[in-house]
Amino acid sequence: MVPSGGAAIEVRGLWKIFGPGADRVPHSSLARLPPALLRERTGCVAAVRDVTLSVRPGEVFVVMGLSGSGKSTLVRCLTRLVEPSAGEITIAGQDVRAATPAQLRQLRRHRVSMVFQHFGLLPHRGVLDNIAYGLEIQGVPRARRRRRAEELLSLVGLDGFADARPDTLSGGMRQRVGLARALACEPEVLLFDEPFSALDPLIRRDMQAEVTRLHREVGTTMVFVTHDLSEALRLGERIAIMRDGGIVQLGTPEELVGTPADGHVAAFVRDVPRGEVLSLRWICRRPRDGERLDGPALASGTVIRDAVPTAMGTALPIVVVENGRAVGVVDRLDLLSAMSGLPTTGAGRA
Amino acid sequence: MTASPVRTAPAPPVLSESTGVPAVRDRWRTPAAAVVATVAAYLLFRGSATLPHDDEAAPFRLLGDLREWVDANRNASPVFLFLVNYVRLFAGAVNDGLALLLRELGWAGTAGLATGIGWLAGGPRTAATALAGFCAFGVLGVWPQSADTLALVLASVLLSLLLGLPLGVWAGRSVRLRRLLDPVLDVMQIMPTFAYLAPMVLFFQIGPAAAVVATTIYAIAPAIRITALAVERVSPSAVEASASLGATRWQTLRTVHLPLARPTIALAVGQTVMMALSMVVIAALIAAPGLGAGIVTGLSRADVGLMLPSGVALVVMAVVLDRIVTASARSAVPARSTLVGAAALTLCGVAASGLLGNGFPPGWTLHLAGPVNEAVTWAKFSWYGVTDAVRNLTTEALLNPLQEVLTGSPWWLVAGVALAVAWRGAGPRNAVVAVCCLLATAPLGLWQHTMETLTTVLVGTALALAAGFTLGVASALSPRFSAALRPLLDAAQTMPSFVYLLPALALFGASRFTAVLAGVVYALPPVARLVQDGIGAVSPSAVEAARSCGSTEWQVLWKVRLPLARGAILLAANQGVVMTLAMVVVGGLVGGGGLGYDVVSGFAQRADFGMGLAAGVATVLVGIALDRITRGAAGRPARKVSRRFPGKTGKKRIA
Repeated sequence: MVPSGGAAIEVRGLWKIFGPGADRVPHSSLARLPPALLRERTGCVAAVRDVTLSVRPGEVFVVMGLSGSGKSTLVRCLTRLVEPSAGEITIAGQDVRAATPAQLRQLRRHRVSMVFQHFGLLPHRGVLDNIAYGLEIQGVPRARRRRRAEELLSLVGLDGFADARPDTLSGGMRQRVGLARALACEPEVLLFDEPFSALDPLIRRDMQAEVTRLHREVGTTMVFVTHDLSEALRLGERIAIMRDGGIVQLGTPEELVGTPADGHVAAFVRDVPRGEVLSLRWICRRPRDGERLDGPALASGTVIRDAVPTAMGTALPIVVVENGRAVGVVDRLDLLSAMSGLPTTGAGRA
Repeated sequence: MTASPVRTAPAPPVLSESTGVPAVRDRWRTPAAAVVATVAAYLLFRGSATLPHDDEAAPFRLLGDLREWVDANRNASPVFLFLVNYVRLFAGAVNDGLALLLRELGWAGTAGLATGIGWLAGGPRTAATALAGFCAFGVLGVWPQSADTLALVLASVLLSLLLGLPLGVWAGRSVRLRRLLDPVLDVMQIMPTFAYLAPMVLFFQIGPAAAVVATTIYAIAPAIRITALAVERVSPSAVEASASLGATRWQTLRTVHLPLARPTIALAVGQTVMMALSMVVIAALIAAPGLGAGIVTGLSRADVGLMLPSGVALVVMAVVLDRIVTASARSAVPARSTLVGAAALTLCGVAASGLLGNGFPPGWTLHLAGPVNEAVTWAKFSWYGVTDAVRNLTTEALLNPLQEVLTGSPWWLVAGVALAVAWRGAGPRNAVVAVCCLLATAPLGLWQHTMETLTTVLVGTALALAAGFTLGVASALSPRFSAALRPLLDAAQTMPSFVYLLPALALFGASRFTAVLAGVVYALPPVARLVQDGIGAVSPSAVEAARSCGSTEWQVLWKVRLPLARGAILLAANQGVVMTLAMVVVGGLVGGGGLGYDVVSGFAQRADFGMGLAAGVATVLVGIALDRITRGAAGRPARKVSRRFPGKTGKKRIA
């Protein structure tokens, strides 16, 4: 019973409410109250309110929001590390909410792994035993799990640190151990809870590249929680922006930057260098009467910044091509106004 | 834009003047009126409704009858047949087994074993400490008593840990159990050691078995509490990571909770050992064998020479046990060579035991009683001027007037004043509980003795706090002073409470002042340490900010460090009160009077058993009342301060 064309994760109408009598809120009229009022009436806080989303297999799905928006709770609800108050969760066809404790353990052991913001390493064990911890829990014999852990040690680039204690490692190295531990049991889904927000900016870049590389090599489905918009844009194929427990907007990076759903999202994406996110498809327009169409052609997926050299080489409008067919033109003025965030003359997002 | 400040600016100063100045006057008006009213009431009603003491009061007779009934039905009632008697047999058997083992190993064998364990736990230094300690037992001529005490301690610690550690682990993971246990443990921890003994006699009669049960109960509180704290404080992210990987509860416990909590759990073991040691000594009052017996006899005869060897042996035993436990908390799994070394040491000891025989060679023993008593007599006579002046000054200036006021006032006046003070300091709930506890001593027939004990406790606490506070502040401000003081405090905190009576008795003889002094010395180290740590923990950035404004050191101390350390200082006061109370009650043995004396005579004479038991209950009630008041004040963070400051800050903002 896979309801929606084999989605890796399917979430429908998910609620998580903290507070007294939490379970009665989702199905009552209280559910429609704004957060402040709900708190005043019942003393409850809705950390996740009525979230519906579906993650495709092999996708990197980013959940983004400020602290307190419910994103960490949402990701914990997926494997019931936090028990949801209402809603449905399906992971690769398995109904998570109906799972028995034993089934849930099997799910956590073999199919879904998690990487944590504060790493969650065991300080009394060496690196190798930390990586092998998940396998140990499963009951894999010592020799085999250590062999597997050694493979992962070199996969995350920590050769030679097998016996080091976690507290002797830098933050970036610790998170590599956390990543290796999550990968050790070959999960179908990896959950990341702000994994890099405790790291220095430079290390963070490295780790993001590492995740991209792993995703390319292993192809695991990933759900990535972050409060850092640039991280979300860099990694996410699709991004869900959360506020007050609900999803405000769900879409590709381009959609978020190009058409923010409300002022909240707009404020978020205001400082994003649009030239690096928006593509020509987003800003191209119909040619004006008498405009020449023999200028250079670029694919519609080209990011604005990458179109700049071409535009510098010619005064003619650039023809935007999608699937071998011209869909519109952009000229220098269009590029400049798109990058500066002013309304484009074309405003054509057909 | 400019209009609004012009319009609002004049209004607030008027407001602050109209509320600010009278607010200050108001703050003093009510307490001043209360003081005047209290004094007037005292002068008017002095001598009426004083509830004087009566040795034959009805509650005492009732409790005496209860004992008669229990003794008559000990072998008939099912509660005794199937529960109490088995507990008694079991505890006795554990103790007898250990005592037999130590006796069979003999002095040399036990010394070898202890040295080996010391080697395992902390290497050569700890081993040497253990060996020196056991030699000291022999040289002091108290090896057989030391062995008995050691057996009692080991038996009680074993039982405490067997029950306490699992319960602590469970309580650390279950909030519900924690909530259930917390109030019980609270009461257990403020209960003076003395109060445990009387009910033990009732159920388990006297002797080593009762002593083991009493000690087990007394020492189990820290085992549970510290273990629960250790398990609770295990990094939640590690626990969550373990759960996210699909670990069962048992797997998480085994691989995350226990290893991460291990150092703190070792601390719990150490605490348990220390508590057991101090209780085992006091259990001499219910006929437990060992070092305590010598001390109790010595105290009752005021014979310092008689009890000094036992006292010194006790301190040595505390130090040895403390060293071994702390060292084993730090060490990892021992290497093979260490194991071999430890085994060799033990075997050496056993072999030597074969050569020397079971006891300590009698020729090597020092006989100290004579010279010590001569020295004590000399000290008493030559320092008589000073000691007598100190004692009389404290007694005449502090103890007597206060006691006269407390025992001479009508009970309702004392209760009313206590209620008012507690209400102001600790809030209505704590105040009501505290006063109820205090009043409950009246129907027990012990109001007057409670007031006498309260006098000594109040005076002792005041002195202990003054001294401890000074030491604590001084060592917080001067690292050099702190470095000098720290080893002293460390040593003082490992000593069993009884030991403090020794020097006090030697210098001041049997009197109420001796009990107060012992209480002050006993409570001083934790008070000083808590104050020092509290001030030391004040955020350096706050201190730096104050200095950057040009504050003098005194201003930094008064305006920043002390207010920010308020919680720790009030906690110190709480500790000081509870510890002084415990000691003052023990001081009943050396002429302390009050409830402590009732407890002691309850053990000594069967006819007074009822009074002793009631006095035990009354000490617990006094303990709860004092604890509620002091802890309640600590638990109300700066409410008074916030009430006081709005006016000021408001004024500043406007200026």
